[in-house]
Amino acid sequence: MSTLLKEAEGTADSMGKNTNRWEYKMLSVAINKYAMFIALVVISIFFQVLTDGVLLAPMNISKLVMQNSYLLILAIGMLPCILTGDIDLAVGSVVALVGAIAGTLIVSMGLPVGLTIVVCLAMGLLIGAWQGYWVAFVRVPAFIVTLAGMLLFRGATMVILNGNTLAPFPETYQFIAQKFLQDVPVIGAIPFSTVLIGVLVAVAGAYIEWKSHRQKMKYGIPVSSQPVLFAKIALIVFISVFSAYWLSQFKGLPIILILLAVLICVYSFICNKTIIGRHIYALGGNERATQLSGIKTKWVRFLVFVNMGLMAAVAGLVFSARLNCAAPSAGTGFELDAIAACYIGGASATGGVGTIVGAIVGGLVMGVLNNGMSILGVGIDWQQGIKGMVLLLAVAFDIYNQNKKA
Amino acid sequence: MPKVLLEMKNIVKEFAGGVRALNQVNIQVKEKSIHALVGENGAGKSTLMNVLSGVYPYGTYQGRIEYSGQECQFHTIRDSEKKGIVIIHQELALIPYLSIMENIFLGNECQEHGVVNWGKCRFEAMKLMKTVGLHELPDTPVNKIGVGKQQLVEIAKALSKDVKLLILDEPTAALNDEESEKLLELLLMLREKWGMTAIMISHKLNEITKVADEITIIRDGKTIETLTKTIDDFSEDRIIKGMVGREITNRYPQRLDCKIGDICLEVKNWSVYSPYIANKLVVDKVDFTVRRGEVIGIAGLMGAGRTELAMSIFGQSYGTDISGDIIKDGKKIKISSVADAIKNGIAYVTEDRKGQGLILIDDIRVNTTLPSLKKLSLRGVVNEQEEVRVAEEYISRLHIKAPGSHQFTKNLSGGNQQKVMLARWIYADPDVLILDEPTRGIDVGAKYEIYCVINELAKQGKSVIVISSELPEVLGISDRVYVMNEGRFVGELPRQEASQESVMRCIMQSNKNKKSAKAV
Repeated sequence: MSTLLKEAEGTADSMGKNTNRWEYKMLSVAINKYAMFIALVVISIFFQVLTDGVLLAPMNISKLVMQNSYLLILAIGMLPCILTGDIDLAVGSVVALVGAIAGTLIVSMGLPVGLTIVVCLAMGLLIGAWQGYWVAFVRVPAFIVTLAGMLLFRGATMVILNGNTLAPFPETYQFIAQKFLQDVPVIGAIPFSTVLIGVLVAVAGAYIEWKSHRQKMKYGIPVSSQPVLFAKIALIVFISVFSAYWLSQFKGLPIILILLAVLICVYSFICNKTIIGRHIYALGGNERATQLSGIKTKWVRFLVFVNMGLMAAVAGLVFSARLNCAAPSAGTGFELDAIAACYIGGASATGGVGTIVGAIVGGLVMGVLNNGMSILGVGIDWQQGIKGMVLLLAVAFDIYNQNKKA
Repeated sequence: MPKVLLEMKNIVKEFAGGVRALNQVNIQVKEKSIHALVGENGAGKSTLMNVLSGVYPYGTYQGRIEYSGQECQFHTIRDSEKKGIVIIHQELALIPYLSIMENIFLGNECQEHGVVNWGKCRFEAMKLMKTVGLHELPDTPVNKIGVGKQQLVEIAKALSKDVKLLILDEPTAALNDEESEKLLELLLMLREKWGMTAIMISHKLNEITKVADEITIIRDGKTIETLTKTIDDFSEDRIIKGMVGREITNRYPQRLDCKIGDICLEVKNWSVYSPYIANKLVVDKVDFTVRRGEVIGIAGLMGAGRTELAMSIFGQSYGTDISGDIIKDGKKIKISSVADAIKNGIAYVTEDRKGQGLILIDDIRVNTTLPSLKKLSLRGVVNEQEEVRVAEEYISRLHIKAPGSHQFTKNLSGGNQQKVMLARWIYADPDVLILDEPTRGIDVGAKYEIYCVINELAKQGKSVIVISSELPEVLGISDRVYVMNEGRFVGELPRQEASQESVMRCIMQSNKNKKSAKAV
């Protein structure tokens, strides 16, 4: 036994002090990087216990995802804005406006759902282009442009709806926000379709992780040791299969979750792996330096706002479909929730730092807090206050960590 | 024997992670003397001064500080200021939109019960401004006066605090020769008339040998030696020897077997107007050429318009109403954006690497590849592994001292930051590389390495244009020198004819011509 231990020590020594220190450093980096994720897990467990297991019950998880989907979509659009050092305060009003347009086209005018969705998305792009034009080319600060937009689009909503609430939407329109995989004609008929998708995701996730490990090894980039890699892959497989199984205990995979997952993957990819993503981060880090590197910073900023408009339109469609009505006061305060999600998820207020996954985790932290407290019967007044404290503490923690590093 | 005002004994300062910035440093400063502190970047000069002024509070370092014969334990900057020790940092700590007067008395207002007595403030400010030779209205906002005058405001601010020991960190780094001269004379005057003692950190050895009474050399966190004006050899070569630990016989690498080829870039009749001041001509009908494999220098005083010239060529990054022709490889080209300039093989390395060059919150890899991402990507997707390989290659090629390409650029020393900037633009593979103040604020060793890189580039057939305020540097590395003064090129000197005197003569001559033209 003791010889075995000594041998183990020997190997550790032979690996050299450098690797040891490097691993230690990586560990502290990892803790920093995953701090909010850990916080999310802790908060979830906390409420799971307090609510006697209601929070993480299959039905409640489905509800949680569907309740927060539009906020998470907004956060995905908001993050690039925050990365470039800007902000968009108009998204709540845009959500309402898009809902109002959809309501008018479908409920009042009886247009087909498909056409309406196309018109609404185009409207989102147009609104984004409008705001992006003022911010990027006229150089009016984003805070002011979008504050104006917030009033402008809210006003437009009220004009269109004339103070009324339009309802109800047809079944097909509600599909995206309210239905589950089992409601899809062909795929839904397959038994265990949700679990099947979970398995597919697990395989894909494991493959991507393994491939990136191999790639890094090939280029001589320091990688985590093999056991760590296997642990990582095992975790990915476990989480995806288990969550699929868990969701299948209720009505299966919510359709909105599929849309959300696709958006997260696509935007994470854009932010991390593409040229435009790199330009967004660089612009937020040092605008002048980015400009002097031959990057058309104005267009980057413009595109970020166009994208935000598109995401706001998507969120507007989802939200009106979920509530099954278009109301003049829809989406009030959404912009602040989306911004808070980004900051809680580690984005920097000065730009250049932040991730899509971080923003999603930040959004979920708020979602779980909301949901958990609602189940416990905590009043909306207290909920607001607690959310405020969480935002403050999360950002303070981030800043504390950064100061420690420097 | 003059009295010893300050003595720091066996100072040891360690940072988190076990980095020992100071190791048994000893320094003695005599009363009414100017004491220079020299050493390469990262030698520990600024750290030592931060220990002295209480930026690093008592207890975070080991050793003993004695001031006027008493042991001192400073916990904050205020503690040291109470004793009359004032530090002026390299980056000036002035509030741009406040007036000179308000800045002088910031944190030290003439007040009674929390109410400021502006009349008294103004009176005192005028007195101080007269002492330091600052002829401006006390109500002028600080951002409306030049860096040289801002430096004087800092000194006036120090005087208002009854300074006995003034610490200046690179006071002349951002000043031109004339302003530097003025500042140094002011220091000498304050020493004579006010009995002020000063510690001065500087890289400009010619200034140090001129004003310092004693020089302490620091290397790798240790005191190497202290030279005294009247006793020791006080020459620049002697100081450099102490700083780098060996004798540098040649501060500039030799330009050997340089094959100068055809004309690569020609700029004709180039004029640029200031975007800030209406109708101010910043660059006035400039013509120049640079050949393949040639290094040309653009010499001139600060404010001559050299940076403006370079930036206006580099995709109109500066100025309005730009006119003139750019001819590249015999063909006239039009450059209206930075992207155009890069496409046409022109690169510009900025003089302000922190403000306009690096993305400090990103790592070496990201900073190196920023303008060249297209080369590293397929259908808009960046190949990160290849990117890391490129970054690592440049780290070893340019001897960038960093643990790896994942190192954040804000954690690098000035010299290494500059090398990252060079890596960025060398990887972009331009034909013409414009380097603006490539060695500003960099230590002697790193400077030599950068000169070697410049030679290497020229050898590969690239054209290099070097803008520098240090005349010896321009003369030491260029094949041909253009002299710029007040927006115009006033001289072109081949290597054999270029000397400090001939360059200055060109400038003087042009000034004279201008005066006589005005008289007519």
